[in-house]
Amino acid sequence: MKEQNCVKMEFPSRSVNEGYARAAVAAFASQLDMTLTELGDVKTAVSEAVTNAIVHAYPEGLGTVSLRVRILEGDVLEVQVKDKGRGIEDVEKAREPLFTTGGEDRSGMGFTIMESFMDSLRVKSKPGSGTSVTMRKKVARRTAGR
Amino acid sequence: MKLSTSEKAGKLTIAIGGELDHHGAREAARRIEETIEASVPRDCVIDLRELRFMDSSGIAIILRVYKRLNAIGGRLTVENVPEQPMRVLDASGIDRMIDINAMQTEKPV
Ligand SMILES: Nc1ncnc2c1ncn2[C@@H]1O[C@H](COP(=O)(O)OP(=O)(O)O)[C@@H](O)[C@H]1O
Ligand SMILES: [Mg+2]
Repeated sequence: MKEQNCVKMEFPSRSVNEGYARAAVAAFASQLDMTLTELGDVKTAVSEAVTNAIVHAYPEGLGTVSLRVRILEGDVLEVQVKDKGRGIEDVEKAREPLFTTGGEDRSGMGFTIMESFMDSLRVKSKPGSGTSVTMRKKVARRTAGR
Repeated sequence: MKLSTSEKAGKLTIAIGGELDHHGAREAARRIEETIEASVPRDCVIDLRELRFMDSSGIAIILRVYKRLNAIGGRLTVENVPEQPMRVLDASGIDRMIDINAMQTEKPV
């Protein structure tokens, strides 16, 4: 799919940046004609992916989180969140609802929410070297007046 | 994340506003647990009227409160849930265990 626009950012894995990442993606996505519901879904999915990079990728200390947002031909928004952290041993298992290595603080619903709020979710990971999560959502065409 | 609590006739109301994500979750969980320990309520309401955003960190908090209340024989309801948090709660399936009520919209669309 042809790229029409793109922004990239990098930030340290501090939890205060979770809100920033959501707001930045939402601001960029406003180039597409999204409903509030669609925008809410995108923000939620971004929050899940960025939180995972902050919580799970770098359990001790800080690392870098990279975020790339693209608008692709055909009103498709793509968000990619990458870390160079611990990685995931078994991605299929990690994606199952309720699976968590995080204890009482986490719900194990992050991947499930990304999957159900976006059209597609691709997770690539290598233990010891990092994880990338790529999500896409096609914005529904709206009739005039919206 | 903004949190306030009030108590009236054995009913504890915990209002959570702003944005509830992992960043604010630890403090929210700590303060809520302290309040429950102190008041041991029979009924507890989590009021989300002022909540602008919530992700799965909020699910973990609500589940914790639910378990804590169960242990002391209390009952939990979640009230006035706006649309975005409601979609997250729906996706989690915890509405099968916990009484969750959407915010009533004043304006007919
Ligand atoms: N970026 C990441 N780096 C390392 N492990 C991860 C990453 N993202 C997810 N995981 C693993 O996948 C599990 C499931 O993630 P998720 O569905 O978001 O649930 P939760 O974050 O509540 O644990 C996590 O508990 C963690 O073990
Ligand atoms: Mg998660």
